[in-house]
Amino acid sequence: MNLIRHCLDECWDALAQVSDPEIPVLSVLDLGMIRGVELNAQDEIVVRLTPTYSGCPATDLLKDEITAAFQSKGLTPVQVVVDLSEAWTTDWMSESGKQKLQQYGIAPPQGQSHQCGTHVALSDGIRCPHCHSQQTKLLSEFSSTACKALYKCQDCLEPFDYFKCI
Amino acid sequence: MNQTVLAQFLLHVGDSQLILSHRLAEWCGHAPELELDIALANIGLDLLGQARTALSLAGEIEGLGRDEDKLAYFRTEREYRNLLLCEQPNGDFAQTMVRQWLMDLYHLELFTALSQSQQADVAAFAVKSLKEVKYHLRFSTTWMERLSLGTAEAHEKTQQGLNQLWRFTAELFEQNADEQQLVAQGILPDFAPLKAAWAAQVQTELQRFGLSLPDTGAYRSGAKQGLHTEYLGFILAELQYMQRSYPNMAW
Repeated sequence: MNLIRHCLDECWDALAQVSDPEIPVLSVLDLGMIRGVELNAQDEIVVRLTPTYSGCPATDLLKDEITAAFQSKGLTPVQVVVDLSEAWTTDWMSESGKQKLQQYGIAPPQGQSHQCGTHVALSDGIRCPHCHSQQTKLLSEFSSTACKALYKCQDCLEPFDYFKCI
Repeated sequence: MNQTVLAQFLLHVGDSQLILSHRLAEWCGHAPELELDIALANIGLDLLGQARTALSLAGEIEGLGRDEDKLAYFRTEREYRNLLLCEQPNGDFAQTMVRQWLMDLYHLELFTALSQSQQADVAAFAVKSLKEVKYHLRFSTTWMERLSLGTAEAHEKTQQGLNQLWRFTAELFEQNADEQQLVAQGILPDFAPLKAAWAAQVQTELQRFGLSLPDTGAYRSGAKQGLHTEYLGFILAELQYMQRSYPNMAW
């Protein structure tokens, strides 16, 4: 039993080292993309990964990187399965992840996902990650990746990405 | 029997997402502004991801060993089940927005209902897609407002786009006799109330936009029989070229 416990701890350590290719300061754990790590009946390690957005091209890459990270630590055999249920939400992003995003220059998601309805305008008062002003303006609902929107700060005039709340 | 019907239905949903995604990708590098270029590509990418899930699931349920790529690249025009609306040319930006708005509202109703499916994989796919669709709808609704309530020229172009596309909306919630059996089992929703909700929403919004429905009415259909307009063949010729020329090639 202790051996299994130890093995699973090592798995979570390995996952903490796998980062998002577009936002390298965030690990898959910070993003809340890992839904579970288990040993199945055949003693294989099964990692359940949930994609952020259906079309996010990073999902396939992350599957490979997780497999590689486990293999380099001798945590084998491992399989990474994609788990769509429940659907990923920014509510699963860790607090430390949100802080890292902020420091990296991306405004973290504000509010809880259930508040983000169909016709609700993107929340006002998104804080600028550079000068922390709340006088900011939405430029575009879509930005460099599926998970972000583009804003501009009215005070320091810098454009910045906002990690959408979904 | 049931498996085949469900697989065919998922192909209908997934093919529509795939072909619409392809049309949106055609805007890449051509949209009126850089931000719109990125937005249309992003929406297309979401739809492509959703299509991958739908086609993979269709392939699994069908059980003939066809994965998402086999289904996307090696079916002919007559085997494609996408809505005719999705394959219509982009036209100008206003026409693209009309098509997107009609489809977003359709997806909203469809996935809200499918979220309750007794088939767990179908429900998971619907819940995931629904989140993305709500965001798409926010974008297309904003643009419908701006274009229809903006300048006279923008209004005219939006009305023309609607005139051009409306006839393809008749089949949006068509449900065939085979699918009715899945309704009884709680796997698929009854589409009649969904269609009524969609139509009511469209009517209310069009009134707000000052747009009117064309006299010709909605009458074209063919998706579920694989009877397409002339445009799908050209899309598939481009989409399938590499795999048709070099079967099973990989990156």
